[in-house]
Amino acid sequence: MRELSLNVLDIAQNSVSAAATLIELVVCENRQTHDLMLGIYDNGKGMTQEQLDAVRDPFFTTRTTRKVGMGVPLFKMAAEMTGGSLTIESEVGVGTKVRAFFKTDHVDFTPLGDMTDTVVMLITMNLHIDFVYRYQVDEEVFVLDTRRLKEILGDVPLNDPGIAHWIKDYINENTAKLTEVQE
Amino acid sequence: MKSLEELMALRDAAKAKMTARDDSTAVTRVVVGMATCGIAAGARPVMNKFSEEIEKRGLTNVTVAQTGCIGMCQYEPIVEVTEPGKEKVTYVLMNPEKAVKVVVDHLVNGNPVTEYTVGAIKK
Repeated sequence: MRELSLNVLDIAQNSVSAAATLIELVVCENRQTHDLMLGIYDNGKGMTQEQLDAVRDPFFTTRTTRKVGMGVPLFKMAAEMTGGSLTIESEVGVGTKVRAFFKTDHVDFTPLGDMTDTVVMLITMNLHIDFVYRYQVDEEVFVLDTRRLKEILGDVPLNDPGIAHWIKDYINENTAKLTEVQE
Repeated sequence: MKSLEELMALRDAAKAKMTARDDSTAVTRVVVGMATCGIAAGARPVMNKFSEEIEKRGLTNVTVAQTGCIGMCQYEPIVEVTEPGKEKVTYVLMNPEKAVKVVVDHLVNGNPVTEYTVGAIKK
């Protein structure tokens, strides 16, 4: 993957497949310590201990078409290449939390890339799922909650082209501001 | 700076348009493979390009959706176009430039771009 935001998109698809109704996407960066945490939390069907033990293995997948599943292993590799790590917590019927920790000053750190694109794509392609996007840089936080947007929009869908553009600009402006203000 | 108040105005504009769109009958589906293989091969910019071009050209009878792994990972990004009453066309090894051509030739003018299809690759 060329950008970590693509890994996030990929991992979040697992939450969609797990029938989640709420997915939280978290970016948390500390620029002093060069730490970055990317989190994908869902309230989907969760995994058994057995599945949890196997999920980091590229030759484990629940799909029946083929015998490989590269999503989690690729994300884990991207984190470990920087001296970081990946953790997964999961409980059947409760949900799953995937967290990847990166060292941003490591030479093998993959750039985060266009996180806004990932978030907007997930929101507009999964209208029946609520998303919370939390973007934190040092002490500053921006939160987007599609439940709030849906309240305002009523029966106008989030994938209406004009609305989707607005969401994209809204996230970009707010996340850019977080970075600027403190610099 | 964008605010949530602005979204309310947009909602009203979108509502007006929605009623105008309701009488569109048959819908063409564009489906992009977005599993690990598709994403790693560049499916996200392809999908964005389709959405952008379809919106730009005002093709209200076309929907863009995503699916999982289609099963031919070596040919990703893969895009399937299904027009009502016609056989599905499968495009392989797509990129944003090819997406524009598919929108213009296939979706607008009704001529599938044969050289990008899976049939052309396998020969």
